Amino acid sequence: MRYIVAKNSRDAVALLGAGDGAQPIAGGTDVLVQMKLSGVAPSVLVDLKKIPGIRDIVLEDGGIRIGACVSGAEMGENDALKNMWPGVVEAVELIGSTQVQGRATMVGNLCNGSPAADSVPALLAAEAIARIEGQDGQRDIPVFGLLEGPGRTKLGKGDLITSVLLPKAAKNSADAYLRFIPRTEMDIAVASAGVNLQLDEAGVVAAAKVALGAVAPTAVLVEDAAAALIGTRLDEAAVKQCAEACEKACNPIDDKRGTIEFRTKVAGVMATRAAKIAFQRAGGLL
Amino acid sequence: MSKQDFKILGTRPIRPDGLDKVTGKAMFGADKSVTGMLHARILRSPHAHAEIVSIDTSKAKALPGVKAVITGADFDELKNRWTGYTSQNCMAQDRALYDGHAVAAVAAISKSIAAAALKLIEVEYNLLPHVTDVDEAMKPGAPVLHVGVKARKLGDEVSGNTVGYYSFGHGDLETGFAEADEVIERSFKTAATHQGYIEPHACLADLGSDGRGELWCSTQGHYNVRLICAEILDIEESQLRVTASEIGGGFGGKTTVFIEPVALMLSRKSGKPVKAVMTRDEVFRASGPTMSSSMDIKIGMSKDGRITAAQAKLRYQGGAFPYQMVMMGAMSAFAAYDLDHVQSEGWDVMTNRPKMISYRAPGAPMAVYAVEAVVDELCQKLELDPIDTRLKNAAREGTKSSYGPTFKAIGLVEALEAAKAHPHYSAPLAENTGRGVSCGFWFNFGGQVSVSMAINADGTVNLIEGNPDIGGSRASISMMAAEALGIPLDRIRTIVGDTASVGFSDVTDGSRVTFAVGIATINAANAAIKEMCKRAAMIWEIDEDAVEWVDGAAQPTGHNAGEFPPMSLAEIAAVSGKTGGPIAGHHEGAPDKAGVSFGVHLVDVEVDPETGFTAVKRYTAFQDVGKAIHPAYVEGQIQGGAVQGIGWALNEEYIYGEDGRLQNPGFLDYRIPVASDLPMIDPVIIEVPNPGHPFGVRGCGETAIVPPLAAVSNGVSRAIGKRMFELPMSPPKILKAIG
Amino acid sequence: MSKIHVSTYVNGDAVEFLCEPGETLLDVLRDRLNLTGAKEGCGTGDCGACSVMLDGRLVASCLVLGAEVEGSAVETVEGIATDDALHPVQKKLLEHAALQCGICTPGIVVAAKALLEKNADPSEEEVRYWLAGNLCRCTGYDKIIRAVLDAAAEMRGVSA
Repeated sequence: MRYIVAKNSRDAVALLGAGDGAQPIAGGTDVLVQMKLSGVAPSVLVDLKKIPGIRDIVLEDGGIRIGACVSGAEMGENDALKNMWPGVVEAVELIGSTQVQGRATMVGNLCNGSPAADSVPALLAAEAIARIEGQDGQRDIPVFGLLEGPGRTKLGKGDLITSVLLPKAAKNSADAYLRFIPRTEMDIAVASAGVNLQLDEAGVVAAAKVALGAVAPTAVLVEDAAAALIGTRLDEAAVKQCAEACEKACNPIDDKRGTIEFRTKVAGVMATRAAKIAFQRAGGLL
Repeated sequence: MSKQDFKILGTRPIRPDGLDKVTGKAMFGADKSVTGMLHARILRSPHAHAEIVSIDTSKAKALPGVKAVITGADFDELKNRWTGYTSQNCMAQDRALYDGHAVAAVAAISKSIAAAALKLIEVEYNLLPHVTDVDEAMKPGAPVLHVGVKARKLGDEVSGNTVGYYSFGHGDLETGFAEADEVIERSFKTAATHQGYIEPHACLADLGSDGRGELWCSTQGHYNVRLICAEILDIEESQLRVTASEIGGGFGGKTTVFIEPVALMLSRKSGKPVKAVMTRDEVFRASGPTMSSSMDIKIGMSKDGRITAAQAKLRYQGGAFPYQMVMMGAMSAFAAYDLDHVQSEGWDVMTNRPKMISYRAPGAPMAVYAVEAVVDELCQKLELDPIDTRLKNAAREGTKSSYGPTFKAIGLVEALEAAKAHPHYSAPLAENTGRGVSCGFWFNFGGQVSVSMAINADGTVNLIEGNPDIGGSRASISMMAAEALGIPLDRIRTIVGDTASVGFSDVTDGSRVTFAVGIATINAANAAIKEMCKRAAMIWEIDEDAVEWVDGAAQPTGHNAGEFPPMSLAEIAAVSGKTGGPIAGHHEGAPDKAGVSFGVHLVDVEVDPETGFTAVKRYTAFQDVGKAIHPAYVEGQIQGGAVQGIGWALNEEYIYGEDGRLQNPGFLDYRIPVASDLPMIDPVIIEVPNPGHPFGVRGCGETAIVPPLAAVSNGVSRAIGKRMFELPMSPPKILKAIG
Repeated sequence: MSKIHVSTYVNGDAVEFLCEPGETLLDVLRDRLNLTGAKEGCGTGDCGACSVMLDGRLVASCLVLGAEVEGSAVETVEGIATDDALHPVQKKLLEHAALQCGICTPGIVVAAKALLEKNADPSEEEVRYWLAGNLCRCTGYDKIIRAVLDAAAEMRGVSA
């Protein structure tokens, strides 16, 4: 294995596109674990952390752009980010321990392709847009368009996500993320939900996004669950309908972390609880 | 035995090894390196059960930097059957018996070369049928792990995997059940759990062609390591010096060997020192977890809460080699109760899993869990108070135990009464919350022990003991030495000697160290005191019998003996060179009056009805420890045991796939409790002195893991209004039970 | 395999070492710099025994490559006590008997010190969540949490 520090994104793209088995490393909290457990190292490890700007959080067009090498801990310390997208931040902050937070990045979490990645449902609900540097130059793609399956994304050879844009949050809107794990920390999500709600002046849900994690080959946006919330103040019937829509959208697996039955039920619970948090954050009264 | 007044016992001094441990200086198993050392790696079977057709190591041997490669062919067949199993567990012979079973090992000049060499070893396997579940493994027709080792008393109703059968009890069950107003019969299952020590197994071995060896390792018993390794390597015990490193947790899991014989063999073959360190994956797959179980419990109770009859059938799964441990479960199951009609039976069963080894009160937690769950269900059904009911049936001094012996002074009643009187027991319960109660029991152990004490000329004392200090025993031993000698604690330094520096000592297990090493220490101190009195008598020119030891000084026994001011230990030591030479004391023995210990735990758990998530809200643990030498470390044992039991109850389990492979060999999915999972654990120390120890000490380390399983299960069952019969009570199981 | 030359600071001292590209910071500290205070309990970031500070951030040194610390500042448990004086966290861990075997203790010391530098007055819940990645199998955490709260109080100049 070779370890190379990329000087800029073009350099990184060239290295990643050149040979077989080149892999980027940002926080390294997935890459190093995979190397340890598989006993297999990539041919080249391309360190992205020295690319200019890649560790920055910047305001852009009313939204916030987060560099690919920004750690979870850094996101948690950014007040502007936390105020605008509390759900995305709480999702990223749930990844691993305090120690892992010191290194792990949101973009790495996305690129790892895990159906249970904490940041992804929150990014879907926030309608986040990934900026990709590729061999043919730069392009912007909604996070939704990158998801493919367990351990896979639609990124091509040499494609590198350099940042993610969280768009300007609408007035009277807020997001929230919740996951279920058997302990209180240090686990992978068994079922999770990111919810983003916008209220009208009367405190009624005007727009909604509901995304689920760990219940299908990729995180999924559940339009029926969102529709169930729109036009309501999260009354009992709406919540129930939202949960049922979530359950219908689930296509999970039975594994050591949870059963199909359990994941399906709990996905609905997480979504409705997250919806209530987002609703209150947006100024709604339950 | 009346309570004694102590100067040092019962205080909370800072432990002697503390500074090294908070500054990173303490040397644990993997922390030692020597010049020219090689690194070992072990190749392990990915299959649950397979014939090893061939192993081709030629490519690995040819890799530059590789200095030795070994397989089962390097290990001789042994005369002693039990050591033979241990040897085969360390390195497979003709068959791989579980996922993780070692099949070859390499030593190379770097970790990366050793890892690369492993990939070059070619093993041809012929897959065989496997079995990992205890009930399946007992069925006639199940794949049998070893032929010819079935328990003699058993017939064709069980398979050849059934290597042990035990039965205990007295009275007549039929009569007892006929007297009952309510009889409940339930079946339970518990998953295998792991001790979960944070330090993986590690050693540094150096074995020369002259048969002399040095072994540094993380172990609970370096004499036992020496015994086993000397036999496997066919060297003399005197020639293998084993030094116990600081040990990063064991809980029973480091009472045998796994990598030590492999490292020694690699060292012998390469002629160089070899360091071997397990990865966490290897620890889970190839060390010794505890047993899984399948159990049937039947208990009859009268309306007023008297247990009229009790029966337990315990089937334990203990992995790929013969073992004997269900006996401890069968003996513990009903130990808390004074019963006229009781029977417990147990079956030890082999499966294609790593061979079990002790885990804190081995065999007891699951048996007591099942019994205490049925007792709780009876209390609910008959609308009886769970503590009053237990008090009504509690074993006390003079009770003939369900496993035979009659109890001497014990503290179960005191623990139950303390629990009943505690504010926790009467605190109101919040919504979705249940309160669980359980008793627990452990035998404790004495065993062989050696202690050597030297009185230095400056009035200080060196003490060498042979038991690795796993939780602060150097502190408690030093305290007992200071108390016995009557000198300040800071005059004493206690170390754990290597196998060449002090006599044989049994493994640090069975909650025996403070008891047994304590007795040896007191006896060694008394021997030194006798000598010091003799020296004083010599100086005073009076009769030896006319001198006594009071408050750390020799003094005449009375006016008739002579008028001399007391002569302190320091004063006697200062002139020892002129009165006959160095003063020392030592003791070797096998004290056997360890004194059983009982505990009672109270827990409040809150269950989320929508997710099945269980939160432990409040926990109080009552335990009779005889005499708490260092109360802070006694509390720590109680707290630590309780939390291990909470983990066992809620989330810890070995998960095997259909392919017989372990699916969760890491701390990510083998879920031990983390700090945020828990409340403070309130320990209540009860002291009913053990008549078998001069200071009243009972073992305290193991009892605390026994009650939490049932306490938590009873709490969950009461919170959700449905009884739970299986551990762990992971959220999917609880949600399913809620329905 | 050609090695990488790395210049860095460890506990304030300029240090140079050669490491293999895939070698972790933990391996470098333990095997090349003889700083064995950080322990490998899992190698996958799940136990916290290898905790160190990297450029002022608490990290798991098993999840950092040695090559990645070029030009950085690494602080380990060995650098915490100064001039014979223990850090309050170390002192309170001893006073509260908050260690049994002691293998997790170096990681707890590093992590708890990092917490108190960020939050001088943490609640019990905040201490528990901050330390959730530091597994301890002996103590049940009770005395560790009390020791950290007590150390925080002492550092704030109030008695707990």
